[in-house]
Amino acid sequence: MTDTTLVAEHPLLERFPEGVTPDERKGYEGFIVAADRLVEFATALRDEFGYDYLSSVTGVDYLPDGKMEVVYHAYKSTGGGALVFKVQVPRENPVVPSLVSVYPGADFQEREAWDLLGIRFEGHPNLKRILMWEGFAGHPLRKDWKEAYFEEEKKPFGSRWPGGAVHRAEDENPFGKNVVYPPDFDPEKWTPVGDEALYAGLREFKKDDDLKTEQVVVNLGPQHPSTHGVFRMVVTLDGETVVRLEPVMGYLHRNHEKIGERNTYLMNIPFTDRLDYLSSMSNNWGYVQAVEKLLGDKIQVPERAEYLRVIMAEFTRIVNHIFAIGTLLNDLGAYFTPMLYALEERELILDIFEAVSGSRMMCNYFRFGGVARDLPPGVYEKMRDLVFERLPRKIDELDRYLTENEVVRARCEGVGVLTPEEAIAFSAAGPVLRASGVPYDVRRADPYGIYDRFEFDVAVRYHGDVYDRYLIRLDEIRQSIRILQQALDQLPEGDVIFGSPKYSMRVPAGEAYGRVEGPKGELGFYVVSDGSANPWRYHVRAPSFINLTALSRMCEGDKVADAIIILGSIDIVLGETDR
Amino acid sequence: MYGKGILKGLGVTLKHFVETYVDDFRRGRKRYGTREGVEYRSSKDVSGLFTVQYPEEQLIIPEEFRFVPFLVYDEGENGEREIRCTSCGICAKVCPPQCIWIHRSEDPKTGRPVPEPAEFYIDIDVCMNCGLCAEFCPFDAIIMDHDFELAVYDRHSNNIYDKEKLLKPASYYQKIRPRNYAAQEKIRQEKAAKKAARARK
Ligand code: SF4
Ligand code: SF4
Repeated sequence: MTDTTLVAEHPLLERFPEGVTPDERKGYEGFIVAADRLVEFATALRDEFGYDYLSSVTGVDYLPDGKMEVVYHAYKSTGGGALVFKVQVPRENPVVPSLVSVYPGADFQEREAWDLLGIRFEGHPNLKRILMWEGFAGHPLRKDWKEAYFEEEKKPFGSRWPGGAVHRAEDENPFGKNVVYPPDFDPEKWTPVGDEALYAGLREFKKDDDLKTEQVVVNLGPQHPSTHGVFRMVVTLDGETVVRLEPVMGYLHRNHEKIGERNTYLMNIPFTDRLDYLSSMSNNWGYVQAVEKLLGDKIQVPERAEYLRVIMAEFTRIVNHIFAIGTLLNDLGAYFTPMLYALEERELILDIFEAVSGSRMMCNYFRFGGVARDLPPGVYEKMRDLVFERLPRKIDELDRYLTENEVVRARCEGVGVLTPEEAIAFSAAGPVLRASGVPYDVRRADPYGIYDRFEFDVAVRYHGDVYDRYLIRLDEIRQSIRILQQALDQLPEGDVIFGSPKYSMRVPAGEAYGRVEGPKGELGFYVVSDGSANPWRYHVRAPSFINLTALSRMCEGDKVADAIIILGSIDIVLGETDR
Repeated sequence: MYGKGILKGLGVTLKHFVETYVDDFRRGRKRYGTREGVEYRSSKDVSGLFTVQYPEEQLIIPEEFRFVPFLVYDEGENGEREIRCTSCGICAKVCPPQCIWIHRSEDPKTGRPVPEPAEFYIDIDVCMNCGLCAEFCPFDAIIMDHDFELAVYDRHSNNIYDKEKLLKPASYYQKIRPRNYAAQEKIRQEKAAKKAARARK
């Protein structure tokens, strides 16, 4: 949703008579800002107009026009629609001023745009690759970059039908022969940037070395059970205290966005399942919402489908939070007991997902204009049993089990603090933001679906520490149960999908940004259509990724053992972080 | 009192521990190894241990469960197989990872396409079990299977399924998906009746 003020009469245009123009392309919104005015513009936006939260930064390669565009979505932390602004630069030499000084939350996102699209952000404090490694040749999201297994620009591929000669891509392009290094790069001699310090720390001391107390660099991960997947933290320590922490990621990177741009619109739905694989229903929703915005009034979601969407999304939130609490306790060293108690409830909800969608985790349940199928017999009753009877009881039990535990409190209280100002500045989202005292929830701030019909409170806690991030998840589970109770009571009869879905469809040209309050925070999908059956640009604003921007700040000054639980309290899933 | 929270928590653990034994005692042998027992352990009433001990036991698979698809054939009067697939290619076009290959048959004399696949391959290593092929097939010719025990020692020589390996009878379809089957059969019969009525006119 754009800000209600008409773009053409927006006071911003008065404030910046030069260098800011409305974006007049058909199907586009917001403003185009001249690159040299960008920092000034963003500062005014934040300080004078109240857009203090920069949610998404991404780039689009408009190859036919010879342009690179950087797209920003900013919000007011008090709620309301997005203000979209863009910077266009020539494709051959795309240089854009960095906004990290205005919005620190742009840090990782700008690095990602540099990594994948080759847009240079002048003034960025640490502009290096983030998802790829230094030995990677080229910028893969550029439209003229081709992957090793490249077959055609767009799916469906011609070789599948009617000729149908089966082959394996990997046989034609064997591993080892498909790697290209950048010129002047030698993998044998390369040491990752920043790792010299690491190796220096491992060096054996010789007798004549001076004995000095120095800061030590310690590598946590990438393959360590406490890091929730293949994720690495390079920590600089002074004694046991964290001085600086740098997250290193990308081990699970598969260029989800490039795959998404080869896919047709429909094909992307099951791929979104694989982002945050604990909450596939929410992922589906975010993406479907963006495409439905592009389709406009060509499509209306039936009432029953709207309710089913809410029901599935809220069950997903419960599944996710209950799992997050379980793993957090794992990180604390409670070993598997709390985790297994959490899994038990999760299992019962996954049974419902399986009965409805056919899969426990890769649900692929949402469709443009509704959901894939109606509830099979017996499922509605099962849901009611859980929501009205079992879950409230079990959540209370979990509460009783953990909340007052002295060890939990001692380890979590006052650890990993993020102040409200910092949380907003770092573009933190979801439970991390709300545990820091900012009551921002997309379901309320910018309602989508039918969330405006339900009574629920936006959970908020004020200390911004690990303990509050634990408590807020309990609060949110309780609110989700409340929503579920209302939704199940009100669930109307009727169709679950609009019209009869086509296997391939053209989508009107334009851009759209769909965002939902996923369990981990604001999950956004930025989709640009050129009017064909495949998206021109498909970008995921991944909360697991952006929430990590604040990780270093949260860990500074805490002990190294706390870094593990701070990471646990952010609750990331690497499928989404690395995309 | 310091430590009260821990004691309370331990109380919860103890309760869980005891519950399993109480439940074992109450339900006796039926708790394990029977369908009833598995059903109970995945119901809202479960207390105590809920683990289903695969492979001795198996979770109950709901009808909508989807795993690698198969091709349906109807059994003709003399026992010959009537393959439903017309090689229209929709499933190959909708498949997100593009793991379906269809070779359409051609009439050897005229060279015109014949509505039957000469070959049909699915690379099940690549298949993401999304179910879109089955959802969009206009002839109910490709259906998601329930059989998930597909592990092999050598994936390179086993995991590209051809037409022979993919074909299963409609009676199997009916067995694993009775509701879907009945609903689709109804639509098919209505269509056939309409067609017959039109032919009579
Ligand atoms: S299985 Fe169905 S969709 Fe696929 S080619 Fe055959 S008839 Fe067409
Ligand atoms: S289930 Fe999905 S991935 Fe597998 S063959 Fe069908 S369409 Fe392709």
